[in-house]
Amino acid sequence: MMTTPGTERDRAQIVAAKKSRQAGRIAEAASAGIKVLLVKVLLLGIVDAISVYALFVLFIKQDWLVFSLVLLVTIVVNGIYFRAKGLPAKYLTPGLIFLIIFQIFVIGYSGYIAFTNYGTGHNSTKEDAVNSLILSSQERVPDSPSYAVTVLEQAGAYSFLVTDPDGEISVGSPDAPLERVSDAETDASGQAIALPGYTTLNFSDIVNNQEAIAALAVPVSDDPNDGSLRTPDGSAAYLYLSDLVYDEAAGTMTDASTGVVYTEDPSQGSFIAEDGADLQPGWKVEVGLANFAKAFGTDSIRGPLISVTLWTFAFAFLSVATTFALGLFLAIVFNDLRMRGRNVYRVVMILPYAFPAFLSALVWAGMLNPQFGFINQVLIGGAEIPWLTNEWLAKFSIIFVNLWLGFPYMFLVCTGALQSIPDELQEAATVDGAKPWQVFRLIKLPLLLVSVSPLLIASFAFNFNNFNLIYMLTNGGPRDVTAGVNVGATDILISMVYKVAFVGANRDYGLASAFSILIFVLVALVSIISFKQTKALEELN
Amino acid sequence: MTIAPNIAAPDNQEYIPVKQPFNFGRWFRATGWRHLVGAVMVVFSAFPLLYVLSASLHPGGTLITANGLFSEVDLGSYVTLFNLPQQPYAAWYGNTLLIGGITSAGTVFLGALAAYSFSRMRFTGRRAGLLMLVLVQMFPQLLAVVAIFLLLNGISDIFPAIGLDTQIGLIMVYLGGALGVNTYLMYGFFNTIPASIDEAAKLDGAGHARIFFTIILRLVAPILAVVGLLSFVGTTNEFVIASIVLITPEKQTLAVGLYQFVSQEFSSNYSVFAAGAVLAALPVMALFLWLQKYIVGGLTAGSVK
Repeated sequence: MMTTPGTERDRAQIVAAKKSRQAGRIAEAASAGIKVLLVKVLLLGIVDAISVYALFVLFIKQDWLVFSLVLLVTIVVNGIYFRAKGLPAKYLTPGLIFLIIFQIFVIGYSGYIAFTNYGTGHNSTKEDAVNSLILSSQERVPDSPSYAVTVLEQAGAYSFLVTDPDGEISVGSPDAPLERVSDAETDASGQAIALPGYTTLNFSDIVNNQEAIAALAVPVSDDPNDGSLRTPDGSAAYLYLSDLVYDEAAGTMTDASTGVVYTEDPSQGSFIAEDGADLQPGWKVEVGLANFAKAFGTDSIRGPLISVTLWTFAFAFLSVATTFALGLFLAIVFNDLRMRGRNVYRVVMILPYAFPAFLSALVWAGMLNPQFGFINQVLIGGAEIPWLTNEWLAKFSIIFVNLWLGFPYMFLVCTGALQSIPDELQEAATVDGAKPWQVFRLIKLPLLLVSVSPLLIASFAFNFNNFNLIYMLTNGGPRDVTAGVNVGATDILISMVYKVAFVGANRDYGLASAFSILIFVLVALVSIISFKQTKALEELN
Repeated sequence: MTIAPNIAAPDNQEYIPVKQPFNFGRWFRATGWRHLVGAVMVVFSAFPLLYVLSASLHPGGTLITANGLFSEVDLGSYVTLFNLPQQPYAAWYGNTLLIGGITSAGTVFLGALAAYSFSRMRFTGRRAGLLMLVLVQMFPQLLAVVAIFLLLNGISDIFPAIGLDTQIGLIMVYLGGALGVNTYLMYGFFNTIPASIDEAAKLDGAGHARIFFTIILRLVAPILAVVGLLSFVGTTNEFVIASIVLITPEKQTLAVGLYQFVSQEFSSNYSVFAAGAVLAALPVMALFLWLQKYIVGGLTAGSVK
């Protein structure tokens, strides 16, 4: 209407519409009320105060990327709420901020991690790795002079106030190398004993925190090769030098005692000797497709990965099929008005759904325990059937326990769907001579499937990542000892990701993220196919 | 599936007003067998729950003594539960209620705001936004658990108060899923409230905020209850993210704490675990049965359009 150049009447209408919109806006503004405005200003004030604090901290840390992001978000948020227009944005922004950071950004971040060697031994920068290597190989210099030291404390962190043999006074902490100070308080012998702004630890404090103080290493200078000071007793410090000597220009780390030269390898994020030995820790680097090559190219990982993927699909499909079949059967059985006490049955059957799922899995794990569990001891009379430790029985147990967990939901959903099918359809079919089975098979079931199929897809997607059941019931076991990663016969993809990333001493975030990316791709494929089939998305409006 | 003939078969006889003598065979074919199915399902559904209740009350304390169902009853395990030296059960309980409560309140609020704008306003990107709500549900947060861990680890370096090993950090992560999970359900419910109500209020001079907070939110209360409960139950059950974010035992939730308790001493201290499980399940089950009517309504509203 607005764009077509029209007659007088059109123009009059446009003017009228404009006027009424304007009137609406004025009414809106007038009615917003002082209270709403106050709440708005208060909330924005809190948000802004937090952002200013964040910006301040980030400024001090000189983290410019995050600084500019926080600044940008703060400005955008303020803009959205102080603008008169853009009402939908005001309602969507609070949820969107959380969604973008903790759902969308982290997905992208997973993608990035999958291309790094992030994990145990590779979880920081190269600078940190060099420092930690040098620190960990430090030994006391045999003829080190004794430095008088006073242990200071500031905001929970310890510092050394050092008086060197020449009487020079300096202060330093594990994070900041020694620096000359002039305003220290000294005692009669010329030893510094206090510094403004710091608390001097007394003898009992030192005794109480002896381990922490003995572990402190204060670098002598910016160059890690110069060594650092450590104090075994809290009063005298000695120079500790590292066996490893770092040459930044050449990118090498030389072991002074053995003469082995470790050269830095930027593609692996480690110092590596000629014989292939490497120094731990290394640092985080981008490794390109190495994680994917490891996942798909190494036999000891590819085999388990394929079987885990197949089992994930089988588990999700069988879970939906069994729970839906039982739920539908029960919905039909209890959908008879002549039957008494239906509500009692219904309440009892909902109980498994109401009981927290993680507890159910743990309780079933107890009941299925081979030696002491109820099933073997009482129901079967003492046989030691390995319900959770035999590969195939464990798979069966998982499907069975998931049936217990999941049938009430399907029962509720199917009951609702059945009751919404009009009775006239059944009557009409019966009049036309259809047998009851035909009525069910040809009329009720198709109608029911139309309404529940989106829920079946959702249920499939949920079970595809049903971590709790697997992890709490079998812990993924029995473990596949031939596999190159920590994985078992009943592990699904997501429990494999968790185990690779967080269980055991050797955490491999990079490889775990590569597996996550695989799950994303599979879930996306399943979603596309199923949404195309059901056309659920076309009904959006 | 062969049961279908029984549904309609006796229909013709049902409406004959003449009083017939009780015929067991006929009764069984009509409804009796349904009670049989019902009895089997009652045993199947309720047995594990009775088992854990009896295990928690058995003074023997181990997995093997738990098999003597209700043979002895004693509340000793419940007392032991709150006096464990290594496992602060009371703290886990409080944490679970706190984290679950704040998360579900936040989820309901953020979701309702978004559902309101999708339902009542027309703007560019609205369809794309709705599409996103549906798609986001397919990718639960736990898929990105590694990235969430590293992100919080990074936040810890700058703001330790909201980073790793803090409950605020965990709640923020959970709120990231607020728009994904149930907003679409809310959106459907918001659409059933006639827009004429809004318009009438607007004519009377109410602004959008007043309409939302004082009119719409009250009319959609049932769906708010459903979403709040589902979110609370979901948070209570959540293990993956909670287990990597919360490290100190005093900060952990029931799911994390009880799992670790069980994995350390499964068969020897089973009755104490069972007591913990019974207490943990009580609030969730009570809420569930109390709001059952709404939940069933919500589920079927989601399924049957």
